[in-house]
Amino acid sequence: MVAALNAGLRDALAGDPRTLVFGEDVGALGGVFRVTEGLQAEFGRDRVFNTPIAEAGIAGMCVGLAMGGWRPVAEMQFDGFSYPALDQVISHIAKYRSRTRGRVEMPVVIRIPSFGGIRGKEHHGESPETYYAHTAGLKVVVPSSPLDAYRLLRLSIEDPDPVIFLEPKSRYWSKEDGELSTEGPGIGRARTLRDGDACAIVCYGAMAARCMEAAASLAEAGTECAVLDLRSLVPLDVESLRDVVRTSGRAVVVHEAPRTLGMGAEIVARIVEEAFDHLEAPVVRVTGPDVPYPPASLEDRYLPSVERIANAVRATVGY
Amino acid sequence: MSTETARADVPMVQLVAPDGSAMGDTEVGLTADERRELLRLMIRTRRLDRECWSLQRQGELTVYPPYEGQEAAQVGSAFALGPGDFVFPSFRELAAAVVRGVDVVEYLQYHRGTWHGGPYDPIASRFAPICVPVATQIVHAVGWALGSKLDGAGTCALAYFGDGSASEGDFHEGANMAAVFGAPVILFCQNNGWAISVPGREQYGAPIAARAAGYGIPGVRVDGNDVLAVYTVTRRAVERAQAGDGPTLIEAMTYRIGAHSTADDATRYREEAEVQAWRARDPIARYQAFLLGAGTIDEAFVAASEAEAETWVAEIRAGITALGAPPDAELFEFAFADPPAPLLEQRRELIGDA
Repeated sequence: MVAALNAGLRDALAGDPRTLVFGEDVGALGGVFRVTEGLQAEFGRDRVFNTPIAEAGIAGMCVGLAMGGWRPVAEMQFDGFSYPALDQVISHIAKYRSRTRGRVEMPVVIRIPSFGGIRGKEHHGESPETYYAHTAGLKVVVPSSPLDAYRLLRLSIEDPDPVIFLEPKSRYWSKEDGELSTEGPGIGRARTLRDGDACAIVCYGAMAARCMEAAASLAEAGTECAVLDLRSLVPLDVESLRDVVRTSGRAVVVHEAPRTLGMGAEIVARIVEEAFDHLEAPVVRVTGPDVPYPPASLEDRYLPSVERIANAVRATVGY
Repeated sequence: MSTETARADVPMVQLVAPDGSAMGDTEVGLTADERRELLRLMIRTRRLDRECWSLQRQGELTVYPPYEGQEAAQVGSAFALGPGDFVFPSFRELAAAVVRGVDVVEYLQYHRGTWHGGPYDPIASRFAPICVPVATQIVHAVGWALGSKLDGAGTCALAYFGDGSASEGDFHEGANMAAVFGAPVILFCQNNGWAISVPGREQYGAPIAARAAGYGIPGVRVDGNDVLAVYTVTRRAVERAQAGDGPTLIEAMTYRIGAHSTADDATRYREEAEVQAWRARDPIARYQAFLLGAGTIDEAFVAASEAEAETWVAEIRAGITALGAPPDAELFEFAFADPPAPLLEQRRELIGDA
């Protein structure tokens, strides 16, 4: 996935001279995860550059650059360090188009390596999606695979509106065969990773792979589940969500973030609104508990496991 | 007399004394017409500020932040900019907006409550939206200026902020990044003595201009009620920025004669004697006396300027009071370039298919 994201940035930089890439350590080092590796050498220090450690400043510079007709792609080094930028994101990046009556667009992408699962120190395993998804004016996307990461990143950079691009760190080293392409589902569309009429599993980001694993093991016992990778949390693909749940009348929603007011709350509410008459069982959430993200030694207990997901499906199907 | 921390280690640029006498070389590269224009603009903007206060009291505007006393700081600095330069204001810079040619009725939509911070065209007027979150506009200006540098445009950005804003992290991040990137930007602090009710001595331990040294950029303190001095130091910073020599921090020492806003009661935290002392340093009376003494204007010019301002604000009042609420559909119009399906559904639910 790192290579796909790197290719996405490279192609965006090559395709549009107004695209800029900047953030902490994105220059010579290539970013702490190497997503920007080689880009400064290829495109020069004017277009790919390091910044001081100043997340609010990084996000705020995006506003000024966008006003000057640039397309800034900023990197926040880690989820837990993105919070100083929230004021700029919420107060300006999200609102600028509205407050200027559409006269000033914010084609800004903020990439944030996010979520847990890499045995990181504290502040390195946060799930910040709800903060952004609840902020009107932002789009929020989370790729789950390398090819989709490339596609979503290119589409995010082309988008006239600001996009918060959450990269699942634990999938950075995952591989996928195929052509890098922007063809395929756009922002605002979910992907059906697997069909099945016993139960729908709804997920995004790193949980997609776990849900596929759970679905595979359930299939061995004859329970065929559909797996819906949302990809785009804002806008949410309500139509696909409705269709997949109506098929089986059963749904399990999975995310890493703490349960209360996590994305699952919105997803379940949507399911109830859109598919109430089709439901055969209560919708179940498999999520992180409502505690701060734990140290590495407790990470596996915290994160939704294949077993927890499969158990939830079994309970739902057997309801 | 001042609420400013008593520190004399940063010299203050002054060209015209409060009594209107010259204190230095007042040949600052302005023509006689331009000198008169500075006065005309200050007379206009003061009249406008008082009209806005009245409009608020009459229920025609929502909360309004007055700038009386700060006309020289705003007019002198905005006048020093070139047409391609870009202003990033805070929320008290209506006088600067007038100088930049922003449509005043459109601007006042913000205070009318008919739209948020960017009701005028920010790109065409080179004047960014009104910015209320304290100090956030400073980093916007740095970003814009960096873009201008990358374009080789030879233009600069100017960010207005107050003494209160200088305590925010965004001031520091902006100043540091401006220095690191050599961005053509002017960080223009209007130190008006008070952050709502908190005086300078409770906000900082050293002059704000002195911080520039720590960032490795020039810092200048100027008498903010001396329009010629403000113009001169800003013009120097503009030329520096446009020549590729990077940012400048300017601290203009001025005073907010009125309250923080129409919702504030300044008598609760400051003495009337202090206000009177600053009235004696009034930027308009001082400059008017200077121009009269130099023979650049006569009393008739002042009278004509005041009459002209009167006519002008009457037009603005008529424009403002005619402004109604925008159509309901505009609630949904601008959030996204292409409103997504879930938002269109909410639109139908709230206002139908109108």
